[in-house]
Amino acid sequence: MSIQLALDGVNRSFDGFKAINNLSLTVEKGELRAVIGPNGAGKTTMMDIITGKTRPDTGDVLWNQHIDLTRLDEAGTARLGIGRKFQKPTVFETQSVEDNIALALKDDRSVWATLFHRRSDADTARITELLDLVKLTDARDAMAGDLSHGQKQWLEIGMLLAQDPELLLVDEPAAGMTDAETMRTAELLRGIAGKHTVVVVEHDMDFVRALNCRVTVLHQGHVLAEGSLDHVSANPQVIEVYLGR
Amino acid sequence: MTRLRRWLAVTLLLLFPISAAAQTPVDGDFAALVGALPDASFAEVEALVGRIAATNDDRAIDVLEALAEGDLHTLDSNAAVVIVRDVGGDDHAFDALTGESYGEIPRRGSSAIRVNNSLRRAVAAAVGTLTLRHPDPARRLEAAQAAFDAPDPAQADALAAALDAEQDAAVRQALSEAVARAVLQDDAATVPDRRAAIDVIAARRDGVALGVLTPLVQSPDTEIAEAAGAAVERIERARQMWNMAQNVWFGLSLGSVLLLAAIGLAITFGVMGVINMAHGELVMLGAYTTFFVQNIIRTSFPGLFDWSLLIAAPLAFLVAGAVGVAIERGCVRFLYGRPLETLLATWGVSLILQQTVRSIFGPNNREVGNPSWMSGAFEIGQMTITYNRLWILVFALAVFAVLLIVMRRTPIGLQMRAVTQNRAMAANMGIRTGWVDAMTFGLGAGIAGLAGVALSQIDNVSPNLGQSYIVDSFMVVVFGGAGNLWGTLAGAFSIGIANKFLEPYAGAVLAKIVVLVAIILFIQKRPRGLFAVKGRAVDA
Amino acid sequence: MTALIDRRMGIFLAGLFVLTVAIPLGNLAFTDRFVPSYVVSLFGKYLCYALLAVALDLVWGYCGILSLGHGAFFALGGYAMGMHLMREIGDRGVYGNPLLPDFMVFLNYDALPWYWLGFDMFWFACIMVLLAPGALAFVFGWFAFRSRVTGVYLSIITQAMTYALMLAFFRNEMGFGGNNGLTDFKDVLGFNLQSDATRAGLFVLSAIALAAGLLIAKAITNSKLGKVLIAVRDAESRTRFIGYRVEHYKLFVFVVSAMMAGVAGALYTPQVGIINPGEFSPANSIGIVIWVALGGRGTLVGAAMGAIIVGAAQTLLTGWFPEIWIFVLGALFIFVTIFMPQGVLGVIENTLRRRPAARDLTTAREAKA
Ligand SMILES: Nc1ncnc2c1ncn2[C@@H]1O[C@H](COP(=O)(O)OP(=O)(O)O)[C@@H](O)[C@H]1O
Ligand SMILES: [Mg+2]
Repeated sequence: MSIQLALDGVNRSFDGFKAINNLSLTVEKGELRAVIGPNGAGKTTMMDIITGKTRPDTGDVLWNQHIDLTRLDEAGTARLGIGRKFQKPTVFETQSVEDNIALALKDDRSVWATLFHRRSDADTARITELLDLVKLTDARDAMAGDLSHGQKQWLEIGMLLAQDPELLLVDEPAAGMTDAETMRTAELLRGIAGKHTVVVVEHDMDFVRALNCRVTVLHQGHVLAEGSLDHVSANPQVIEVYLGR
Repeated sequence: MTRLRRWLAVTLLLLFPISAAAQTPVDGDFAALVGALPDASFAEVEALVGRIAATNDDRAIDVLEALAEGDLHTLDSNAAVVIVRDVGGDDHAFDALTGESYGEIPRRGSSAIRVNNSLRRAVAAAVGTLTLRHPDPARRLEAAQAAFDAPDPAQADALAAALDAEQDAAVRQALSEAVARAVLQDDAATVPDRRAAIDVIAARRDGVALGVLTPLVQSPDTEIAEAAGAAVERIERARQMWNMAQNVWFGLSLGSVLLLAAIGLAITFGVMGVINMAHGELVMLGAYTTFFVQNIIRTSFPGLFDWSLLIAAPLAFLVAGAVGVAIERGCVRFLYGRPLETLLATWGVSLILQQTVRSIFGPNNREVGNPSWMSGAFEIGQMTITYNRLWILVFALAVFAVLLIVMRRTPIGLQMRAVTQNRAMAANMGIRTGWVDAMTFGLGAGIAGLAGVALSQIDNVSPNLGQSYIVDSFMVVVFGGAGNLWGTLAGAFSIGIANKFLEPYAGAVLAKIVVLVAIILFIQKRPRGLFAVKGRAVDA
Repeated sequence: MTALIDRRMGIFLAGLFVLTVAIPLGNLAFTDRFVPSYVVSLFGKYLCYALLAVALDLVWGYCGILSLGHGAFFALGGYAMGMHLMREIGDRGVYGNPLLPDFMVFLNYDALPWYWLGFDMFWFACIMVLLAPGALAFVFGWFAFRSRVTGVYLSIITQAMTYALMLAFFRNEMGFGGNNGLTDFKDVLGFNLQSDATRAGLFVLSAIALAAGLLIAKAITNSKLGKVLIAVRDAESRTRFIGYRVEHYKLFVFVVSAMMAGVAGALYTPQVGIINPGEFSPANSIGIVIWVALGGRGTLVGAAMGAIIVGAAQTLLTGWFPEIWIFVLGALFIFVTIFMPQGVLGVIENTLRRRPAARDLTTAREAKA
């Protein structure tokens, strides 16, 4: 198996505060990985760095072992095949659910191509399929802004899948979902892993358990422990961080 | 008869210049010297003028000036030397020695002692030397400066003598420069003397010194040429320094105006995030308040005029502040979180305020006077500082300092910052956010009013006053970094100074354009300004 | 897929068509009893404003770029056309110089500045009408969008841009007639600008340009690119993460909009008979924004309506009570932004359908807030 993503000695500080501290992490192609850690551990910042939103002060971020992600911006990483779902769901509120998916659909992103774009039958079919998958078929023509919080989460997942990225970065997808939905999300992510590489950040331990994958524990900007959930749960440092004080 | 005497005298003088002294008037004998004037030739008169001056007689200046004016006559009736003065349109003669009046004289009853141009110059120089001993130091200074302006090697000794006797420092300075310049004009002067003279002149370090010394660089005497060259270079450097200092001063002055105009905006835009396009009109209201106050003072309490600005300042603060609170309560508060809409609505407010003022006070410029302490200027070295600019700078810095203290040290300042940083949390802690918003906006507006008081002193007070500052003040806030008062300070002064340094090269308008373009480019590099407020919140 | 001509667009274009046919035809039929020539020009002027408003709505309404400098693009287009009209005067100027416009003779120019070359040809001027504003928009937008200057900051620097241009054009040394600008035009393509027929022709041309502008804008906003623009307006950062290069999209629409504004300016100049640096004034550019806001932001047709309503109101009110107009305009700014965020069109459609029609805007705002 080859390595999809490798962070090596990454540092980033904000006004002297080290949000990411000598972080090294590798994710294999097709792997499903959960990243956990207390609030402020730097999980979201890590995703910002991978997607080119935030530049690291030092360190390397390599894609497929040869492309330097730190030189790309958000659109650049997205075009490379990195999709991201945000902690706070952001969809295009004034557009229909269908259009939201259509915008995300994998396609030529250049200005001219979008200007003269005509939606093919294959596109329409794919949109229908995705809406089905995220259970938003009935809301197809609804304004995305009118969806409930959970529905927006699903829509965002749908948009993420529409992009058909190689790597999915999923930030706290279960927030605002019912238990059943949470389990469905876990199932869905497990399902797409293998074809895609998936990195999930989550607080919800049941969710992480349901993912049944390798877990990385982040604390104060660096990796505290890594391994199966049971393995890291047994780690005294991890216990200290999560339950301590 | 007369002709014969003159011929004799001249011949004698020419033939026996020394022995003739017995027949010619003795030096110091003022009366005799004056008496010799009518019959002397131009050359002789010139000599006599010098000797008359040398007597230091109190009457000498009058006589010599009359001579130069052509008012020194001899009466045909008794050959007395008289000064002819105009008395009520008629010519009256007064004895040159006694001052005794001969009354009105007939047109042809006297003949003027004739003068030519070179004689006039000699008289002027002689009078200058005489004035050098005038009891009034101001007159002496004038004379010394006149001697400097019309250097005459022949005067050098007289000047040096005056210098020795002189007590007043300023006059001494002027005299020594005059001596030096006279020495430089004197081809016979020794090299060390001339070098010393160059040093004295060079010490002036101004354009005049440059004018005197530059020709000397071409002097055939290499030592002099070198000394002059070095001095010229020194002066050029000094002048550049002063030039720069003057530019810095102009820049600071412009900066203080920008600071005043922008600082209220730094509160409303920087702290509250509200774009108040009516800010300029609040400045204008402050200026009109000043006009109004001065008007009342002029008509009812003229004695208080010097206090008019001090009276107007708090009133302007209150007027503009009240209008500001009204704007916030009546309009801005419905638009929080929608900065672009706020911009449009406050633009509407600005139109209304402008038109209101136009309707009340008319569209024309209004006259706002400078109190005495705001008028005039003083000099430091080679730069001129006007009092109004100086006071405006002081005022701007004072306003800035007070604002800083209000924001940092007072409860209301604390509440303002709390509300702007986290409205919901502040509300939960019992802060009346609506009230704090109104006060913050009112504070920014009040400061705009204060700016108006200051700007009324240097700008035309018209309904359009505010318009001319709005783009500039936004530039200052944006350049400095919104939300940071120090940034506003730095922004205002750097924009002001940059502008004034460009002006000599590019002209005022082009300088302004260049600065605008530079700021636009700068914002590309640092979209959050010089002193950006960092953090995740601004990223969102 | 929404049709290019939906109901509101259809009604508006129909109205425009009626006006365009009725006025010149009426004038032909009843010679000078129907609509006086100056009113025709006045209407033509409003149509230019309407096109300008559509241009601004394209960037502001659909992409969230509140440009406070659109007057600059309009003025550049106007100057480009004005330069051609100046050259066409030829030796009929006061000084009778065949090559140099009067103001240059007056300012002792001995040759035509290089940037005036080519403007004697109409087609060249037409290209410049598009190119000059387009190039300015491209350069400005390139820098501004690439460095992600957004929101209020962008608005302020666009304002600074037009302000700087105003100062520049006021300078005699710029070679654009300084204070007085370009004026005293005689004819265009041989047609006398004072004649009723030419005026009617220009009026019809303005109407066609407005219709074309509306349709182009509609085509853009209806395309997938239009959806990307709205996405940028509502959630710029999200759009980037899907892989769209936001700066390219902004640049595209900004340049298109600037060119549209340039065309509006080019049609405006011959009808008004003068173009001067006052057109660059920041106040003018802010005025455009209120047309759009009043008519209904993000509706295109509404923006055009807003421009016509405000223009007509200004003409009528300044005629009847000159003092009052500014108060009305000021009040309009406040009232519309606070009470009519969807503009006139939104209000009309709401009352007609009794359901939130222009909801795209309200929700957009909530999303932003
Ligand atoms: N742009 C930023 N500016 C300032 N501080 C930041 C920025 N981004 C992240 N941080 C800080 O970095 C730390 C890590 O945050 P984050 O990555 O969001 O943690 P997590 O997602 O693990 O809860 C936090 O203390 C946060 O305040
Ligand atoms: Mg997080």
